Amino acid sequence: MNGVQVAAPPSVWQMYRSMVGVGLLCGLLIVSVFLVTRPVIERNKAEALQRAIFQVLPDARSSATFRLDGESFAPLEGEAAGELVYAGYAEDGSLIGLAIEAQGMGYQDVIGILYGYSFEQDAIVGIRVLESKETPGLGDKIETDDEFLKNFERLDVSLTAASEIMNPIVFVKHGQKTDPWQVDGITGATISSKAIANILSRSTAYWIPKIRRGLDDFRRTG
Amino acid sequence: MSGKLPISTTSGTDEFVKGLWRDNPVFVQVLGMCPVLAVSNTARNALAMGLATLFVLLMSNIVISSLRRFIPKQVRIATYILIIATFVTVVDYVIQAISLDLHKALGAFISLIVVNCLILGRAEAFASKNSVARSILDGLGMGVGFTFALLCLGAVREILGAGSLFGIELFHEGYQDWVVMILPSGGFFTLAAWLLVFNWAKQRKELTKEERAAAAAASARLEVLR
Repeated sequence: MNGVQVAAPPSVWQMYRSMVGVGLLCGLLIVSVFLVTRPVIERNKAEALQRAIFQVLPDARSSATFRLDGESFAPLEGEAAGELVYAGYAEDGSLIGLAIEAQGMGYQDVIGILYGYSFEQDAIVGIRVLESKETPGLGDKIETDDEFLKNFERLDVSLTAASEIMNPIVFVKHGQKTDPWQVDGITGATISSKAIANILSRSTAYWIPKIRRGLDDFRRTG
Repeated sequence: MSGKLPISTTSGTDEFVKGLWRDNPVFVQVLGMCPVLAVSNTARNALAMGLATLFVLLMSNIVISSLRRFIPKQVRIATYILIIATFVTVVDYVIQAISLDLHKALGAFISLIVVNCLILGRAEAFASKNSVARSILDGLGMGVGFTFALLCLGAVREILGAGSLFGIELFHEGYQDWVVMILPSGGFFTLAAWLLVFNWAKQRKELTKEERAAAAAASARLEVLR
């Protein structure tokens, strides 16, 4: 071979050993850091959630957490587990609405949102993105685009007599919104804004009938 | 990567200082432009991004240089990326624990540290050929240089675009924010301005050096003539 000395290629075993060895060490490191930081991150998330509740229900002054037990709602005691909703109350203790968490697939990863549902208006009155990895500058407009966020100042979710959503939330292209249950998309962020509409549509179809039925569960006694 | 590798012969302090100034990763090597332009809109974001990159760069340099004899060259890139990605995940968790708002402000750019060519570049060009101690100095120097550059951009953009520095208001109420500086295009303007300053300074330094050499040569000639 032209007289050039070529170093013997490493055996498959050597390559395998180094890749698996490094992978194992990296895995161990990630898991240990995850375990150490988890309690702190969970506390941060709970605080952020509390703040978000008052953002999606701007008139609320206090809140309480409820868990869905079968068909009725019960105040949450102890550990936060199960299907939760957050009720918001005005200063005089009257029920204003509920904040509900929902998730769905976005363009990059799961988008997590919190939306506020007002009993009085029978509509979604606020939305807040809790978790998103959408493309910076494009998909993340779902959090910052004023025109898009205007959709959720009053997004109709009224029920029929058979307690189903009368007009499911649908996505329309930018500038084509005609009805209060349509979500006007963002040009350049079609997939992300459509994802928000889908998440809301699915979540409201599940939650709103249940919440309406269990309305009295949330009222503060006394 | 051939069998015979050029081992760095410079002194330890030089290993550190070169990243700060002479080989500054942003202003001289122009590496890692994606986070430089994207998250330098405020000084706070710039500092956080710089420190996160510094940590990943330092740790990956340490691990890669201590494992350099153990990793066959055929699988080296895959292994480096694995190591870098691990430290990026660690940083991601730590930032979430420090502040969720900060995590949100940096957004996808934390995960994108994995593909910052500065880090893989240092792993391939330096850590895989040099001792652990030298790699630490190199990582520290490059990381601090990167943080410094990000801060240079972040400070200018925040002062002009929001009238504040690290969130502290600097001007009177009457100050009209120069919003374009906060937007992506402002990143390009500011980077261009800094590159101009750096290149100008470099050129001047070389010129004076040449002039001095010419003057010395001229006086030497005079000596000979006498």
